[in-house]
Amino acid sequence: MAKKHFLYIVLIINFLSCRENDNTVENILIKGSDTEVNVALALAEHYMEKEPLVSIAVTGGGSGTGIAALLSGKTNIANASRPMNAEEYHLATSRSIHPKPIIFGLDALAIVTHASNPLDSLSLADLGRIFRGEITTWAELGGPEKPVSLYGRQSNSGTFLYFRDRVLAADYAASLKQMNGTAQIVEAIATDPAGIGYVGIGYLSEQERKLTTSIKVLKISSLSNSRAFSPLIYTNISSGKYPIIRPLYQYINGQPHGRLLDFLLFTIGEEGQGIVRKSGYYPISESQYAENLKLLDSEMAIK
Amino acid sequence: MKINVYLADRLASILFQVAGWLSVAILFGIFALLLFNGVKAFAHVQPSEFFLGTIWNPAAYDRPQYGIISLIFSTLLITSGAMLIAVPLGIGTAAYLAEMAPASVYRFLKPAIELFAGIPSVAVGFIGITVVAPAIARIFGLNNGLNALNGSLLLAIMALPTIITVSEDAIRAVPTTFREASFALGASPWVTLRRVTLPAALSGILAAVMLGFGRALGETMTVLMATGNALAFPNGFFDPVRTMTAAIAIELGETARDTTHYYALFAVGAVLFVISLVVNVLSERLARRFRYKNE
Repeated sequence: MAKKHFLYIVLIINFLSCRENDNTVENILIKGSDTEVNVALALAEHYMEKEPLVSIAVTGGGSGTGIAALLSGKTNIANASRPMNAEEYHLATSRSIHPKPIIFGLDALAIVTHASNPLDSLSLADLGRIFRGEITTWAELGGPEKPVSLYGRQSNSGTFLYFRDRVLAADYAASLKQMNGTAQIVEAIATDPAGIGYVGIGYLSEQERKLTTSIKVLKISSLSNSRAFSPLIYTNISSGKYPIIRPLYQYINGQPHGRLLDFLLFTIGEEGQGIVRKSGYYPISESQYAENLKLLDSEMAIK
Repeated sequence: MKINVYLADRLASILFQVAGWLSVAILFGIFALLLFNGVKAFAHVQPSEFFLGTIWNPAAYDRPQYGIISLIFSTLLITSGAMLIAVPLGIGTAAYLAEMAPASVYRFLKPAIELFAGIPSVAVGFIGITVVAPAIARIFGLNNGLNALNGSLLLAIMALPTIITVSEDAIRAVPTTFREASFALGASPWVTLRRVTLPAALSGILAAVMLGFGRALGETMTVLMATGNALAFPNGFFDPVRTMTAAIAIELGETARDTTHYYALFAVGAVLFVISLVVNVLSERLARRFRYKNE
């Protein structure tokens, strides 16, 4: 709950003193994903330190809220931890708004079990079967004769929805224990020899060393007969070999100019990506960077 | 001077009357709000599905379900479990404090118990996850202890201070002459307590139990953290449960306004309100009946 309050903290800084210079302050509004609100705040703070004539306001509220604000022209940037859906694109067209997705970070979900679990890897399909409740004992996967004990987030979490749509494509098993936060999932699995759950990679990389004594991060393969990859190795994420990755988007309307463009370039640039990494997410790949430039830089490319 | 005293009396009387009526008005206001919003859910949810359905899954992948029975059952399961633990323990402690405890022990125990009521529920929930749940798992040979039993134990701990404090007052309020008469007839302290003092204090003790029950019924954060919140219908104390309060707390934050899910949560709130109202009215009735019997 505390996190929730935090999300509504609005960061507005007015540089009234700058009026003397006859320069006007440019405002940038960012709204959307709760997952991204911390990293967006960090990016905004760093950018404002460099550019005192820019004032950036960051608010949360969820990906859907941010996209809705973009579609009604109430924000410059909509943060979203999921791509816009067909309905939203349809609405955008009818309002002659042209959303462009700028990917500025990657979030991977790690699958964790108790350290005593003999399993080291799972296929995406088996993972889906486990969380849909179709596999109910570890013995079915060659493990010990124990019932699978499922842990996940609560339904108000974007991660809950992302994992459901990406991995399950159906409802979670009713026996899923819905925990109040990532830390509680880890806490519970550390004491549950039959437990399995998903957590954001940002959380794990921070505490990796401490955790590996009680929990284990599984390698995941895209197909049941293909190689499995660990999410703890960065190249597996950047190359897309680890299958449960979601891009973090910044949606903008049409061609950005001036400070807005400068800020977006900052977020995907070296300094911005360093902040993304510090916030617990993975930096974007080179091809994603090039893709972003193509979307952003049509003007600059012409120059 | 006399006029001033009279005026102060009048003013105080009016002030407290207004305060009393205001709380009644607020109570009705809350209920009206819950009902007003809750009823709108039935535009899309069949009342039969809501009141008789056993699956609560409004955030389903394709077909949302709004059966409240599993939520009600979960709430009553852990609350009654908590009462099974807290009532005998609470009344026993209250009797000890009121009748037996030496002054030196009492001076230490009483504030300690009252301090207990001040522990934030989120802290109790955290202890539930990190200490009580693993202990339950070990004792009963389960894989994990995030179940109804965990919730009952924690709620019992949280309801105990209320039950002890109110029961102790009730026991102390029994006139000393009752005990003296019992002792004069040759009854032992234990028989006096069991056959004279406790029955005489019954109305107050019942009120204490109902207050504790209400405390456990409405508790949210602790059960939300420590009972697993699974959607499956619980088969007993070793299954995870999702209570009415936890469902509202978890889901309301991210539910879009004016959707069926949003209104359905208000309907759950209205049902919870009715349950606690029934509990309160029942306890009031019971207490009054026993009071008359005593007189």
